[in-house]
Amino acid sequence: MYATIKGGEAAIDNAHQWLADERRGDRAVPELTTPQIYEQMGRAVDRVMIEGSLADPALAAVALKQAQGDVAEAVFLLRAYRNTLPRLGYTEPLDTRAMCLERRITPVFKDAPGGQMLGPTFDYTHRLLDFDFASCSEPGSAARATPDHDDPAVPVTERLVAEGFIEPEVPDDSQAVADITRESLALPAGRDARLQALARGDEGFLLGLAYSTQRGYGGHKIYAGEIRQGEVAVSFVPDELGFAVDIGRMTLTECQVLTPEQTDSDRGPGLARGYGLAFGRGERKALCMALLDRSLQARERGERIDAPAQDEDYVLGHLDGVRAAGFLEHLKLPHYVDFQAELATLRSLGQSASEETDDSNREDTA
Amino acid sequence: MSNKTQQPDGHPEDSPEQASQPRRLAVLAQVPESLLETAWHELTDKPVITRLRGPETGLLMVRGRAGGCGQQFNLGEVPVTRATVCLADTTPGYGFVLGQRARHAELIARFDALVAEGSRAAEIKHAVVVPAAHYRDRADAAMRERAEATRVDFSTLVRGR
Repeated sequence: MYATIKGGEAAIDNAHQWLADERRGDRAVPELTTPQIYEQMGRAVDRVMIEGSLADPALAAVALKQAQGDVAEAVFLLRAYRNTLPRLGYTEPLDTRAMCLERRITPVFKDAPGGQMLGPTFDYTHRLLDFDFASCSEPGSAARATPDHDDPAVPVTERLVAEGFIEPEVPDDSQAVADITRESLALPAGRDARLQALARGDEGFLLGLAYSTQRGYGGHKIYAGEIRQGEVAVSFVPDELGFAVDIGRMTLTECQVLTPEQTDSDRGPGLARGYGLAFGRGERKALCMALLDRSLQARERGERIDAPAQDEDYVLGHLDGVRAAGFLEHLKLPHYVDFQAELATLRSLGQSASEETDDSNREDTA
Repeated sequence: MSNKTQQPDGHPEDSPEQASQPRRLAVLAQVPESLLETAWHELTDKPVITRLRGPETGLLMVRGRAGGCGQQFNLGEVPVTRATVCLADTTPGYGFVLGQRARHAELIARFDALVAEGSRAAEIKHAVVVPAAHYRDRADAAMRERAEATRVDFSTLVRGR
């Protein structure tokens, strides 16, 4: 139990003033602007948007600046800000098939219709620290080439459905869609609630769990079927208009993973799939999400559940970074009363123990 | 979601010149605010505009589909700014745009009202909607060209022989 504290106002104010001073750093160095952050620190901004569950680069940049680049702190700020705005409604479901693609890879097929485009990726870089960035980098603009054909990039899962290897996704739009920001997550969770929770989850936690499945803890042989990245139109139906209106576009990363069915599955031979979707270019996050969407299908697929990544109580109960950090960091608040109670208990136990010793000594001498 | 399914007038690919309301709202929301600001600045004989609502910012919960085409789920939220204005003859105009962009939403609503009112529709389409559509199409083409330059054809080497 935590007992409320009071006092310390002046110290707290001064600590925060120092924090502000330290955040600004050496005044001889120009101050960062938020456009610099969202233009040049895009992957950090993406992560804050994804885990903050609010897709707005300008807001995420403010949060990152305020948090001195501490991603978990910035996520917390964005989640808190989100609570101050009214909810106007829900968008129409995103049509990722109609994405204006900047990147599309199909690691399971060499020649998928629509082909593969690497896009702006870190893949195949040498990961050597480049000291040009320590001074100034002024790269040339991206190369261009004229597309010479117009094959649509049909999702590879459609081909596998057509061949009967995976079950089709069957949308039932008459069902209400779970929203864990409105009603707390109930277990067992539906796939809608699970995907929402995974989408907001801490990337580090999800990465560790996804990795554990690859190392054999509840794992399957996993293939990344397709990753696509690009811009998708966002639309919704305003009450006053009564028809869907495109209100802009957002960059998204989508990932589909495939696993051969487990031999103990009651569904017979075939492939199962997992799905990941992230704001911005959160590719690692989308991949982790897809792996865990798959591993958490263990219950509904009748697979043996013997690893953390298959246990939805464990995964969904611990993936939220804001909740986890909040509970962890409350340990830093004064726990004087609690701890005094612990000590009092220990002292009384120690006293009774020594009394018992005294008693036994007395008996010995008697 | 795509323009193809949301056109209530049954013209999925109407031209910028025709610019049905869903199409013009979409186009104006997808270009930089500065483009609309310049167009408004250059507009001669500006009408009297009354604000009916906003501009105000709220949130939309973005929905995805499992597997890209299956069960719906809530991905996360996005700020949206909306504005409603009307002209002197009460013709309303609506603006909706992603982000905290009060001015952008207001400008969309003004141009929407001017096209809806009718007498200056051709002028506004010519001055704003068509150039905006071209701007967006150029941006899309540039993205496709950059992506095309990264098109990759990996060949597999047979190992172990």
